[in-house]
Amino acid sequence: MTFDASQGAEAPPELVQLLTPEGERVEHPHYDIDLTPEEVRDLYRDLVLVRRVDKEAVALQRQGELGIWASLLGQEAAQIGSGRALTDADMAFPTYREHGVAWCRGVDPVNLLGLFRGVNHGGWDPAEHNFHLYTIVIGSQTLHAVGYAMGVQRDGADAATIVYFGDGATSQGDVNEAFIWASVFNAPVVFFCQNNQWAISEPLEKQSRIPLYRRASGFGFPGVRVDGNDVFACLAVTRQALKNAREGQGPTLIEAYTYRMGAHTTSDDPTRYRVASELEAWKLKDPIERVKAYLFRNQLADQDFFDAVDAEAADLGRDVRKRCLEMPDPEPLDMFDHVYVEPHVLVAEERDEYAAYLAGFEGAE
Amino acid sequence: MTTLTLAKAINEGLRAAMEQDPKVLIMGEDVGKLGGVFRVTDGLQKDFGESRVIDTPLAESGIIGTAIGLALRGYRPVCEIQFDGFVFPAADQIITQLAKMPLRSLGKLRLPVVVRIPCGGGIGAVEHHSESPEAYFTHTAGLRVVACSNPVDAFHMIQQAIRCEDPVVFFEPKRRYWEKADLDRDATPVPFDRGRVVREGRDVTLLAYGPMVKTCLEAAAAAADDGRSVEVVDLRSLSPLDMEAIVRSVRKTGRCVVAHEAPVFSGLGAEIAARTTEACFYHLEAPVLRVGGFSTPYPPSRLEEHYLPDLDRVLDAVDRTFAF
Ligand SMILES: Cc1ncc(C[n+]2csc(CCOP(=O)(O)OP(=O)(O)O)c2C)c(N)n1
Ligand SMILES: [Mg+2]
Repeated sequence: MTFDASQGAEAPPELVQLLTPEGERVEHPHYDIDLTPEEVRDLYRDLVLVRRVDKEAVALQRQGELGIWASLLGQEAAQIGSGRALTDADMAFPTYREHGVAWCRGVDPVNLLGLFRGVNHGGWDPAEHNFHLYTIVIGSQTLHAVGYAMGVQRDGADAATIVYFGDGATSQGDVNEAFIWASVFNAPVVFFCQNNQWAISEPLEKQSRIPLYRRASGFGFPGVRVDGNDVFACLAVTRQALKNAREGQGPTLIEAYTYRMGAHTTSDDPTRYRVASELEAWKLKDPIERVKAYLFRNQLADQDFFDAVDAEAADLGRDVRKRCLEMPDPEPLDMFDHVYVEPHVLVAEERDEYAAYLAGFEGAE
Repeated sequence: MTTLTLAKAINEGLRAAMEQDPKVLIMGEDVGKLGGVFRVTDGLQKDFGESRVIDTPLAESGIIGTAIGLALRGYRPVCEIQFDGFVFPAADQIITQLAKMPLRSLGKLRLPVVVRIPCGGGIGAVEHHSESPEAYFTHTAGLRVVACSNPVDAFHMIQQAIRCEDPVVFFEPKRRYWEKADLDRDATPVPFDRGRVVREGRDVTLLAYGPMVKTCLEAAAAAADDGRSVEVVDLRSLSPLDMEAIVRSVRKTGRCVVAHEAPVFSGLGAEIAARTTEACFYHLEAPVLRVGGFSTPYPPSRLEEHYLPDLDRVLDAVDRTFAF
């Protein structure tokens, strides 16, 4: 079977789904989830808030406050579902689009903006949040995650590692090597692939002739495809995979079947390569609307709740904007910091020379 | 005579090469339908079809490795690496295989593969999108390395690179993609491995390539206002170097500054300075000076104006050569 991304609107049968696009709870033979009303409301709140942060970041880029932004629009459920499955002790390795996972790990959204504003290469402490820095080079982080998981394994710690990557990334050598390492060493790692159907302008069929989750079997570990727009299913499937990893059952590949609703980044123009009808089909599967419908349908939330979340989102958007604009520019000499841990004569010399050079301009203008 | 941007000039050069030789292929990430993230291959897939303009899977080692195979089968692949910082997954195929296979076959095999790399900074990008990795490749025997600086050269050089029987690493100055110039298609191009004096002068020679040529021309113009006559040589070919052009200029001026965006330490400027000193020792009034990036990873974009050598830093180096 050749896999056709344009038929994405037709859910393939092997897809794990617990909440339909209409907000109906459905059963799955292998996966279930038992959530309190409060937990469902919390998930809804997460989804709305990260979408709001994302929207603000896009606007900030449009206004020249960020150099670029990679939007998570449409992928909120995949990220919140998997992110909320993690325990504090678990470690996550993101790409550049995991703003929702960052949210779950307690990273201040403003700290995500530093990289995109050009003031730093990543503004949070990975160890503090158990959330690694963003990785822009496609696929590299999958190997880091496996190595980290091998460390966890040697420590005998009760923790798992999760690594995020895209559909395009599955073509990289590094990712395939990561699969091999994880398999051979039975590493406690979960490979979380967000198949958003596109790698910039290239549709999935440029990367694979089989559904991505099936790649896992060739490497010797289980693969599962989950409805990436279903936050319940993403939570349930990721929880199970993390549990298996912690219990010594080795890696799992999760393919979260979703859609990149926006441009690849704010520099991209998707009208050059994809048709609007595809977007329309996926709009009907919106990850937030279905949770809202579920809450309504089951009278688990009233209008006051939804209004309060919207108000909180508006506040968050304003706050992120304000603090983004307040973010100080780095000082020129900062670029010489942290290149090495130990003293380094060459860097020190260049730093001094450049300081003297800059001093030469003082009072000159 | 037509006016076109550097990006469009490469596009036209690719088109001309594809029209002339059905063995010329284009391959890379997003080069087909999108026309490349910088639109350098815009329209080529539409006109030449998907079997000649290939959107590849997302894997640089795969791009170069399969290009080698296609070349073994008589094709002339032109590979696009999307950004400088993403050439490294292909480094093994380029350095270990592409560069060495012709020699290992005692000349029986030829690998006329072109590796196009948009390079350099100045576009406000995030990390890995602003690097200048040329020295890694000039350090590798078996590769020819060139850098274009303007639309006219770009149009001719890409065609020369494709016709060349050796593998060529072809650097494109991404912050100059939108610079325009008039192109006379019938004018005789400068030979592929030759540098070119782009501004004549008497007092000091500035050696540059790629994005820094424009900066050096601006520096030369500013220096002229102060009564200093600066000659600017666009090296164009980085491996091999056109030492004849360099030596001719430096023997005339007696002073020399090499400028590049890449870090000065172990940069191409070191090789140029050493060779120029050896060849011009008795003509030099001052040591050959280098100006370039620092021994730090390329900084966040809000600091890139400090990292990139600008007109002032080039002029500062010029001043220093007069202080000896
Ligand atoms: C090694 C490498 N090659 C190329 C790129 C340029 N690039 C950035 S994102 C991207 C597409 C990634 O697609 P996918 O893995 O599906 O992730 P998505 O962006 O869709 O989340 C490419 C080609 C890169 N960042 N790294
Ligand atoms: Mg993708």
